[in-house]
Amino acid sequence: MAYNLKEVMTKPDRFTSGHRMCAGCGAPPVARMVLRAVKPEDHVVVSNATGCMEVSTCMYPYTAWTDSYIHTAFENAASTCSGAEAAYRSMKKQGKLPADKDTKFITFGGDGGTYDIGLQALSGAMERGHDMVYVCYDNGAYMNTGIQRSSATPKFADTTTTPAGSVIPGKAQCRKDLTSIMVSHHIPYVAQTLCMTNFKDLYEKAEKAIYTPGPAFLNVMAPCPRGWGYPTEMLMQINKLAADTCYWPLYEVVDGHYKINYKPAKKLPVEEFLKPQKRFKHMFQPGNEWMIEEFQRIVDERWQQLLDLEKLTNEEQA
Amino acid sequence: MGIRERLSGNEASAIAMKQINPDVVAAFPITPSTEIPQYFSSFVSNGLVDTEFVAVESEHSAMSACIGAEAAGARAMTATSSNGLSFMWEMIYIASSSRLPIVMSLVNRAVSGPLNIHNDHSDAMGVRDAGWIMLFSENNQEAYDNLIMAHRIAEHKDVLLPLMVCQDGFITSHSIENIELIEDEKVKDFVGTYHPEHYLLNDKEPISVGPMDLQAFLAEHKYQQAVAMRNAKKVILDVAADFEKMTGRKYSFFEEYRLEDADIAIVCMNSTAGTTKDVVDSLREKGIKAGLLKVRVFRPFPAEEIAKALSGLKAIAVLDKADSLNAAGGALFTDLTSAMYTNSVSVPTLSYIYGIGGRDTTSKDIESVYTDLQEVVKSNHIENPYRHLGVRGLN
Repeated sequence: MAYNLKEVMTKPDRFTSGHRMCAGCGAPPVARMVLRAVKPEDHVVVSNATGCMEVSTCMYPYTAWTDSYIHTAFENAASTCSGAEAAYRSMKKQGKLPADKDTKFITFGGDGGTYDIGLQALSGAMERGHDMVYVCYDNGAYMNTGIQRSSATPKFADTTTTPAGSVIPGKAQCRKDLTSIMVSHHIPYVAQTLCMTNFKDLYEKAEKAIYTPGPAFLNVMAPCPRGWGYPTEMLMQINKLAADTCYWPLYEVVDGHYKINYKPAKKLPVEEFLKPQKRFKHMFQPGNEWMIEEFQRIVDERWQQLLDLEKLTNEEQA
Repeated sequence: MGIRERLSGNEASAIAMKQINPDVVAAFPITPSTEIPQYFSSFVSNGLVDTEFVAVESEHSAMSACIGAEAAGARAMTATSSNGLSFMWEMIYIASSSRLPIVMSLVNRAVSGPLNIHNDHSDAMGVRDAGWIMLFSENNQEAYDNLIMAHRIAEHKDVLLPLMVCQDGFITSHSIENIELIEDEKVKDFVGTYHPEHYLLNDKEPISVGPMDLQAFLAEHKYQQAVAMRNAKKVILDVAADFEKMTGRKYSFFEEYRLEDADIAIVCMNSTAGTTKDVVDSLREKGIKAGLLKVRVFRPFPAEEIAKALSGLKAIAVLDKADSLNAAGGALFTDLTSAMYTNSVSVPTLSYIYGIGGRDTTSKDIESVYTDLQEVVKSNHIENPYRHLGVRGLN
């Protein structure tokens, strides 16, 4: 059935308003939309890594989650989820749970809890083949503790542990390509997306991830107004610019086949994405043009790689 | 009555787990506990249990998965040792504060560093304030019996705390001794089925586990944990009484060995109690009134009961198989002297750190402790209460 935002929005919210996430934060729409992709009759166990989302959505005695929810620590949301999923399989097999009721297992973690401290737990859970979805909301730094760099932070970004100074111009290293690492796990479904065009791409990928048996990974860019330094009302524009500049390509990998889901008709120069963000402000100072060139080069290289992979993995066998 | 067998402590523990038939086991190999998940995996592969075995990529994930499973409504178990437990440390606290009655078999081994694979109690002592019930076992029989009793204690509605059963690495885990196993059906009836009141997989009542818990509530939640630990004392005794009815084997907070009329006594845990009993017997033959108090339940600490049991003595030596490095004495020693003080029992007490990193503790070593105690009684004077046993280059 074709995606219809109006119809999707009539489904009851499983992630409710009243939480304490910042205005203009990219993460809550991700959680809300991913959960909308769950069939209304299915139950969900949400596992959440320590981070902004966790501290703002489940503060005793309140919760924004209408499904079952568990938070244990920072680095282990995936292993916690894998335990709950193992319990489900065991109890279902033994007839300890109703046979006609399905439970889905969805983990949310920021880039700190996913790319860095939680990478091992994530890798382990995916390799073990648990029927679960791991959703990384990637805001490109440790925002909860006050904007420290992560391995998802892009090169040159000004963070509180990579401050743009007179000698060192922000983060010195490139960002880790976690989505590729997850593709290398050869799990049934891996996708990268963000919130744009009426959430179609995110919704459809979430639905596939949730209803594909076995482990699935979604990497969702989720801008942070405090860490990135954009006006809160610009959230959706920033998302769109990330896609239109090919900074954050939208693609999915099924059974080793790459599919790029969005190819901008006109690929915008990366400045368009960088300019509205204070974390890249120093790149626009006279004499720093090389930084923008370097940034553009990285974006172009990775985009080309993706185009090549798409071609390579979809070629007809001779 | 029972099934006579010859098993190592690890085999006995794995068989207890098979008879308990938990819903989930998540474990990561580490010497000397590795055999437990290994034996258990063969039970899984051969369809002897209903368990989902989660072969995690680390001990941190082992405990995390146990937490996820137990919170989901399952019975979850694990086994580990030493650095494995250290790596779990963060999750050990989260398991108990989430009030999840996970049961662990802890095969005690020295915590690094430097690296050592042999027995002492530094792993267990590292989590002594984490809110887990801690049972210690002298031999394979006790390791097995403690595991059979574990779920009844941990899952009791007045308790709801995780529980670990400790045994000495290699000394107990790998030594094959006689054992009396309980019939499968009897264990099944004794352990019963687990019916959690609230659990993640109950779609009719979604719950949140592990919320952010700030100044307004954490103090009350921690107090509830403290109450649960106090409640555990009664439950431990009640379960032991039922266990005795089934097997004839009697368990309490501690075992008193020839303590009633003793002048001097050693207090220790796990396998050293066996050696000590032997020494007590030979000293008794010489007319020396020696005794032993073997602690089984270290958490909750039976402070009042221990103080009372030791009140008639003239001198006590507490043997700690881990150093607290506090310049004052081992963990069992400080707990015990504090228990005596608060219960107005005043007996001269020495702290001995012994058996570190698997250093053999022989009858001769234990005898030397009783000789020291005789000296203390004679001179009514303690030179240095914080001592190290069997360390070269001392004296």
